[in-house]
Amino acid sequence: MASAPDPAGPRPTAWAAYRAVLGSRVRARASYRIPFITDSLGAGLVGIVEFVETFLVFSATGAIGGFDVHAILLVFALAEIGFCLGDLAFGHLDSLPEYLRAGTLDIFYLRPQPLLAQLVTSDISLRRLARAAVGVVILGVALWTNAIMWTIPRAAMLVLALVCSPLIYAALFVCAAGVQFFTVNAPEMPNAFTYGGRYAAVTPASVWPGPLRIFFGFVAPVAFTGYLPALVILDLPGVGVLAQPLAWGLPLAVVSVWGIALLLWRTGVRHYQGGGG
Amino acid sequence: MTVIRTEELTRSFARKGTRRHPLARPEQLTAVDGLTLTVEAGESVGYIGANGAGKSTTIKMLVGILVPTSGTVRTCGLEPVRQRRTLAGRVGVVFGQRSALWWDLPLRDSFELLTAIHRIPAAEASARTADLVERLEMGPTLGTPVRQLSLGQRMRGEVAAALLHRPELVILDEPTIGLDVLSKQRLREFLIEQRLEHGTTLLLTTHDMGDVARLCSRVVLVDHGEMAYDGTLDGLAAQVGAERVLVVDLAEPHPDLTGLPGSRHLGSEGEGLRQRLAFDATATTAAALLAQVSARVAVVDLAIEEPDVEDVVRRVYLAQQRDG
Repeated sequence: MASAPDPAGPRPTAWAAYRAVLGSRVRARASYRIPFITDSLGAGLVGIVEFVETFLVFSATGAIGGFDVHAILLVFALAEIGFCLGDLAFGHLDSLPEYLRAGTLDIFYLRPQPLLAQLVTSDISLRRLARAAVGVVILGVALWTNAIMWTIPRAAMLVLALVCSPLIYAALFVCAAGVQFFTVNAPEMPNAFTYGGRYAAVTPASVWPGPLRIFFGFVAPVAFTGYLPALVILDLPGVGVLAQPLAWGLPLAVVSVWGIALLLWRTGVRHYQGGGG
Repeated sequence: MTVIRTEELTRSFARKGTRRHPLARPEQLTAVDGLTLTVEAGESVGYIGANGAGKSTTIKMLVGILVPTSGTVRTCGLEPVRQRRTLAGRVGVVFGQRSALWWDLPLRDSFELLTAIHRIPAAEASARTADLVERLEMGPTLGTPVRQLSLGQRMRGEVAAALLHRPELVILDEPTIGLDVLSKQRLREFLIEQRLEHGTTLLLTTHDMGDVARLCSRVVLVDHGEMAYDGTLDGLAAQVGAERVLVVDLAEPHPDLTGLPGSRHLGSEGEGLRQRLAFDATATTAAALLAQVSARVAVVDLAIEEPDVEDVVRRVYLAQQRDG
């Protein structure tokens, strides 16, 4: 029982635990240099292929809903960077079904930290940085080729989008993980939130059918990760409910999606059946 | 002080594949059924029962992994699910079947990470780690990645990991499963030492009656989620009439040792060089029986076999059926 100040020295901070675990993961990954490099190249390549796919589709059709190819670059880059950073920090939550089946989650319950914080810091995939780097290059091109009249609100929206998009995708990973407690035998189902959300978000909302606009605008709010910020930066009107002024609701979208995420997670944890015999 | 208190603790699970249609309620399987149990500080309790009797489910409710279906549970005075994080600092748990160590890291690194996780001050942590390493003889394996350790080595690492933060309650779920005799012996001696020095409360599930006999002053037997016995091991043996077996190796071949008072001849090997005698521990003692054997023939070696947990459970079950 460690209690009362004693000559043993100060008690380590709560952060020290996460730092130590994450640090050991990074060192372990980095010690295998060749796999790390090939993995990173692979992840970068995936990013490029995803981009080329989107680019080809839209360059063939010309301008859609006021979005020309350059504008689409901006939507793609913002959403892609957000997704990659959210995935970098929270993406390994989608290995939760393995933990659930093997019962290794029980071990996390025996440690004095929040379960979610432990799971998030239990691993990190640095190779996902390579894919984010592809997004950053595309963002650079997009900002260069679009004729943007820079104002303070537009610059602020760019910064806000880069900060908030990763948070929205992170929350979606948490939502998916919460649902995993109920769908252990259908681990791909919750991926519809995360990977599916990203897939929609890299395209302008003007091509989404009506119900999807509601869904991705207000339920799994990925419209806030690419399309809506791009409306402000490029000064475009938007489409239907997803109009330009809505973009400023971005912080609110982050708060609400995290509220849903934590609720789903809590429900899932309470539902946990204690896996593996 | 009461360390564990449960009242009418119950947990049931939905049986997989018993849902007739999507909205129907699946059949329920009650793993723990109205368990009322109190364990005081410093006690050492063997929690035994057949496979699927509800032992692991009980432990998971005690530490806040599972939410009880009904009933109450307090561990170290805390409500496990709600106060899980505080409780985690006061309980040490070893699940024999799953590892709390980092598979790809050396033992030393796992201990360092756990030290940070439990926020143990540096000086205290290094003293505690050094002490555990010495007593569990882990010095030579400290630098070996956990995945390369033998089961015995790994299990000692698991026990050390669970004890690093000096928990007041230690829960061991099948800690000796698969261990060789020497590793078992070492682990038991270590646990006895820890209890003597720190007054740690111990709750142990096991299939090995040897663990119970060496480590536990009290036995709780569960059967189909319900408590079937709570008392001393001797009391349990007396209730079910569990016999012990004396195995003697003789200096020379000898005819079957039948007709010794208080014992039953079970069999002989090697033309009577090794003989097995069952005796009722309440009617006679191993020493008295040995004296009788020695009076007939010189004994070079001997061993006493404990009844198996499954065997004890079966007998309790039969005894209750007879009474009911």
